[in-house]
Amino acid sequence: MSPAINPIILFFASIFTSNILLANFLGMCSFISISKDQKSSFGLGFAVTIVMTITMVASWVVLKLIIEPLNLDYLSFIIFIIVIAAIVQILEMVIDRVSPALYMALGIFLPLITVNCAILGAILFMQIRNYDFFQTLAFGIGSGAGWWLAIMLLASIRKRIDVAPVSAGLKGPGITIITIGFMAMAFIGFSGMLNVQ
Amino acid sequence: MHPLILGPLVVALVSSALAFLISLTDRVVNDYGEVQIDINGGKKLLKVRGGSPLLGTLAFENIFLPSACGGRGSCGACKVKVRSDVGPHLPTELPYLNSQEVAQNVRLACQVKLKKDISIEIPEALFNIKKFKTTVERIRDLTYDIKEVYLRLSDAAIADGGISFTPGQYAQLVTPPYGDVKESVQRAYSMSSTPQDREHIELLIRLVPGGIATTYVHTRLKEGDTIEVVGPFGEFGVRDTKALMVFVAGGSGMAPFKSMLNHMAQTGAWQDRDIWYFFGARSKRDMFYLEEMEELGKRFSNFHFVPALSEPKPEDNWTGPVGLITNVLDSYFKERMAPDVPKEGYLCGSPGMIDACIKVMTNNGITTDKIYYDKFA
Repeated sequence: MSPAINPIILFFASIFTSNILLANFLGMCSFISISKDQKSSFGLGFAVTIVMTITMVASWVVLKLIIEPLNLDYLSFIIFIIVIAAIVQILEMVIDRVSPALYMALGIFLPLITVNCAILGAILFMQIRNYDFFQTLAFGIGSGAGWWLAIMLLASIRKRIDVAPVSAGLKGPGITIITIGFMAMAFIGFSGMLNVQ
Repeated sequence: MHPLILGPLVVALVSSALAFLISLTDRVVNDYGEVQIDINGGKKLLKVRGGSPLLGTLAFENIFLPSACGGRGSCGACKVKVRSDVGPHLPTELPYLNSQEVAQNVRLACQVKLKKDISIEIPEALFNIKKFKTTVERIRDLTYDIKEVYLRLSDAAIADGGISFTPGQYAQLVTPPYGDVKESVQRAYSMSSTPQDREHIELLIRLVPGGIATTYVHTRLKEGDTIEVVGPFGEFGVRDTKALMVFVAGGSGMAPFKSMLNHMAQTGAWQDRDIWYFFGARSKRDMFYLEEMEELGKRFSNFHFVPALSEPKPEDNWTGPVGLITNVLDSYFKERMAPDVPKEGYLCGSPGMIDACIKVMTNNGITTDKIYYDKFA
């Protein structure tokens, strides 16, 4: 049985109250390394959103058509990873052909997303919470957009930090992780508004 | 069905279905069909298969753009002016292009993927560039770290007219993968042979510690081996004026000047021009071709050879000029050469030596547009 959450509420919830980055701390490595630069952050956030949405829906189809009917839950990790990798490959080729400008904007980020744990993490949440199709779609777009929002916020903050007097030992990743902690606490403030599981 | 069979079967089936999907997409999406390359406004029209980088596609059609890295986007040599629209410059190209080149849509041929008909402009001389199969006829040690490599072109290439170049141009040696080096690399070396000898190419190769191609030549290449050479490239060479020429070289930078001077001796060219040749080395063990050059100096009254040692050893018994080549050059400019004669500078050597010599030359009245050089890092 799917939990009865309106997909629209789920969409906003996955951006704010249960942001995949700031509530679950998934996709941290690229979040920390790429947020140095605003332009790259924008590209990566956009790419994550696209890939998250498409792989989420594709994984849902695979889950409902293959994994659940055959009782292969114990193989879902492997199958999801294969699905993500393949879809990123296909997406890369299609974007290169259809929109070279977008391909250029995404650059190296598209293939990198294959190993972004936020994608696999979100898909596994989808499986555990037993979403139906529209909830999955909303959750995919929302989680991607939430990731995008978080990295843009962090990139903007880091731009300020760059010119702030930070003590030498905390420069770079150190102050960034502290910043992420504050951001996470701020986002927890949203969590009383909605409770999505 | 037993889960031990079902599990792997499902994973295999899902993977192959996705693999099928990928190759299907590849077939459909990456099929650019036949693409036309228009070179120099209709001078040459090529019909090729699209989908690959421009550099490799042109090489397949026997048009060789200069490339030292072999298409990895790390040397910036394969610049080509693209007249049709191939999209904005890639981040991989920009570090090698200045703002003027970007404005003229100069691109790196190894980074431009052929997707549709394209119109490009390349120097006419590039049509002359060929890939030669050669055999090593002779390898000789000139100093402890410089080898003279004498290559004979294949019979087919000789029957086809051999190599045609002007003294000062360079060729790219293609070294095969060896040891830990997994890729074939191309490195540029000035040719020290003369254009009169169309059957051979001679290169002077100094061992660069850690260098892929030079290590190959110094440790693996033997007489009788076959190796590929692409060329000729480059615009370095004697300009057609009457000005006095000042050559400055160090180490294997000897190569283009050996070619020019032997060309002078063989054809009688430039014998009405004064030529000063400054060759710098640390001590006598780095010095080579001393007799050959002094012989030329005796034969031709217009040619003056000035070898200089910066750190001569006592056992060298050196009586010639001592000091850094820049100091020797400066003192000759001030004391030996007529100040009011038009002069041209020709340089070949390390970037540091070239920069220092340019400074000395401009201080002594040669403007930078009259100073020509090949910088090999």
